[in-house]
Amino acid sequence: MVEFTLPKNSRVTDGKVWPKPEGATNTREFRVYRWNPDDGKNPQVDTFTVDLDDCGPMVLDALIWIKNKIDPTLTFRRSCREGICGSCAMNIDGVNTLACTKDMGEVKGAVKVNPLPHQPVAKDLVPDLTNFFAQHALVQPWLQTETVAPEKEWPQSREDREKLDGLYECILCACCSTSCPEYWWNPDRYLGPAALLHAYRWVIDSRDEATGERLDQLEDPFRLFRCVTILNCSKACPKGLNPAKAIAELKKLMVERQKT
Amino acid sequence: MAVNGSGNGGAPAVNGRAYPLEDHTYDVIVVGAGGAGLRAVVGCSEAGLRTACLTKVFPTRSHTVAAQGGISAALGNMGPDDWRWHMYDTVKGSDWLGDQDAIEYLCRNAAAAVYELEHWGVPFSRTEEGKIYQRPFGGMTTNYGQGIAQRTCAAADRTGHAMLHTLYGAALKHSAEFLVEYFVLDLIMDDEGRCRGIVALNMDDGTLHRFRAQMTILATGGYGRAYLSCTGAHTQTGDGNAMVLRAGLPLQDMEFVQFHPTGIYGSGCLITEGSRGEGGYLVNSEGERFMERYAPSAKDLASRDVVSRAMTIEIREGRGVGKSKDHIFLHLDHLDPKILAERLPGISESAKIFAGVDVTKEPIPVLPTVHYNMGGIATNYHGEALTKQGGNPDHIVPGLMALGEAACVSVHGANRLGSNSLIDLVVFGRAAALRCAELLEPGATQANLPKDAGDAALARLDRFRNASGSTPTAELRSRMQRVMQNNCAVFRTGEVLNEGVKLIDEVLAGAADVKVSDRSLIWNTDLIETLEFDNLIAQAVVTMNSAANRQESRGAHAREDFPERDDKQWMKHTLAWLDPQTRKVSIDYRPVHTYTMTNDVSYIEPKARVY
Repeated sequence: MVEFTLPKNSRVTDGKVWPKPEGATNTREFRVYRWNPDDGKNPQVDTFTVDLDDCGPMVLDALIWIKNKIDPTLTFRRSCREGICGSCAMNIDGVNTLACTKDMGEVKGAVKVNPLPHQPVAKDLVPDLTNFFAQHALVQPWLQTETVAPEKEWPQSREDREKLDGLYECILCACCSTSCPEYWWNPDRYLGPAALLHAYRWVIDSRDEATGERLDQLEDPFRLFRCVTILNCSKACPKGLNPAKAIAELKKLMVERQKT
Repeated sequence: MAVNGSGNGGAPAVNGRAYPLEDHTYDVIVVGAGGAGLRAVVGCSEAGLRTACLTKVFPTRSHTVAAQGGISAALGNMGPDDWRWHMYDTVKGSDWLGDQDAIEYLCRNAAAAVYELEHWGVPFSRTEEGKIYQRPFGGMTTNYGQGIAQRTCAAADRTGHAMLHTLYGAALKHSAEFLVEYFVLDLIMDDEGRCRGIVALNMDDGTLHRFRAQMTILATGGYGRAYLSCTGAHTQTGDGNAMVLRAGLPLQDMEFVQFHPTGIYGSGCLITEGSRGEGGYLVNSEGERFMERYAPSAKDLASRDVVSRAMTIEIREGRGVGKSKDHIFLHLDHLDPKILAERLPGISESAKIFAGVDVTKEPIPVLPTVHYNMGGIATNYHGEALTKQGGNPDHIVPGLMALGEAACVSVHGANRLGSNSLIDLVVFGRAAALRCAELLEPGATQANLPKDAGDAALARLDRFRNASGSTPTAELRSRMQRVMQNNCAVFRTGEVLNEGVKLIDEVLAGAADVKVSDRSLIWNTDLIETLEFDNLIAQAVVTMNSAANRQESRGAHAREDFPERDDKQWMKHTLAWLDPQTRKVSIDYRPVHTYTMTNDVSYIEPKARVY
């Protein structure tokens, strides 16, 4: 049997244990992945103690508290802090999610914070998502029509519009794709759940007239069919969407059109 | 590439170190990839102009994504409507500080802009007839204030998200060039006052870039983060506004800061005005629907400044709810759960996460929260940046445009109506692109940049990167945010504002002692936050001074010592400069445009503003 070991420079070591905040009685331990591209050292896990009486309830609140009060070099993305921009996706307590909507009270013991898995790390909790975004662009996420556009809106029934619910809400945080083992092994050939959810969002849009071409794009052993229904994606989605179902619907459409 | 201190082909040297600069030339540079920036990128690309869009966050992370309730346009899908009624409402909402030529441009082009978005794929909610669904919103009326209009086009309560993702798709369709996670440091201005481009830091690899362009478009958003509690993102630091101040140009109407009535108590997260549009209402500790007293006809759908003031008065007079009686309840629990699930799913989720509230059963605790900056870079309705020069109050700054919340066109005047910001983004994003197509020749030869172009930007970068004072950026930022929150709030007095001027100057002076811990150039968010703080504090100083200066009450600027609007003295735009050396504010004025763009509609005369 093949044995895998991480390359030497990827092995995570124990990092710094930062001093506890003075006088704090209500505290929480955070173990945070650190990697600095400048110092040539291996990644390490630092231990911070957060004063909960001086900090909001979410994991993002704690990271910001650490950055403001203990170590300003701690690096992570954040923006809207309300779960709609998708910036602060990371792996918290072993699960990919958004730091801004993850209540630290839901985590037992020390809160372990790591970057999204299986992506190149730029620094600390910042992954390089270039490939992920390129795959999203590949599904041509815009409305395609042949018919001459009407003067006003394209008509769409409420029933047809409802078909987009559970799809259009995707925030491109990458929690789903980076939780998928098939995506880990084949990130260059398998599109991953997020891009496929977007593909289906346009396929199923009653206004779109490029369904055939969109499905043609997915005729490939890897792009769509590499999904083997592990369903980590649907479990991970912090917006409660179901990419696995969208993928299944795409597969059904592919099979159906082969029959005719 | 050469590194610090080594030979680098003559790049500017700073403090004995040298930062190599990579040079680029484009027809148009757009800074910011929110709704306005992306719409301009699409338009410029369509016009065959070589366009690059630089953004400090990936486009779909821009804060347009958080807009909820909708985008206004008189489509008339839910009943009779007319863009002239929309114009009247916008003028009244602005408390007559808006420029009526620009407001006409906005309202008459709104419908086409919404149809365009729909054609690009925005998943708008639908009516039974399959048309775009429109909901009531604050201050939006029919027939010049007679009835309540349903004018705000919505994709559930995620309209901004739907729009931003669609606009990003439209930009991809045009193969637009994005430079993502580039932090723009400063404008490059030449001796004649023309903007020639920008200097930017690529956060990912620490490289520095100088961009030369025929036109630079700032679509950098507002500066809500100057305050302690705001609905806006952490990234909302008004970087473009601050670049304009550093270029020796003024910002306009900065005293007008909008407080949204319904930020979630504690976290400040936004609960859309659409929740009141769908039938929600506010109550005080006595269970009273107090808005009926303050705005007998519009009630909970009065303009935002009116509702925020009413809530503040209720709390001040001891009728707030909660343990400390310091907030208000928003009730949605009387609405059909099916309607909540269909039309307000996003805020139902936010209320659960951030207030622990099930909206079908309990009220949401809310508080007026800083939300939008009416002020910004003065522009005309083509998006061209303006300053006052040689007695001309409408002098165009060549080579520079501004859009969206960064701009002050001014269509929002002293108070913006809900759902008028999203339409502002796309109407003026498009207008700017049309103007670029008209003014610029694709690929035209551009003069060489001034020899020292970018030196000042690099000096500033280097100073902060190596800042070794004793006050961390977070501490300075928090001081600034507290001063703004305490001294420049919903109600203002001369005394409190003058104290605010003194206090914010102290924060500014204290900033000389800033301490940056991370010395890297790669993903140095300590440095980026410091540059952002430096941007914010400049805007905070200008805001406080502009507010202390305006001795009247108009829209969002409510002076208790000058409770009336004073059209004779004050129907004019404030222009505020910040001297780059002394960092002192100087103030002048521009007249409000008291004329319309065409003869299709006549100037709307000022009158008392009652809802």
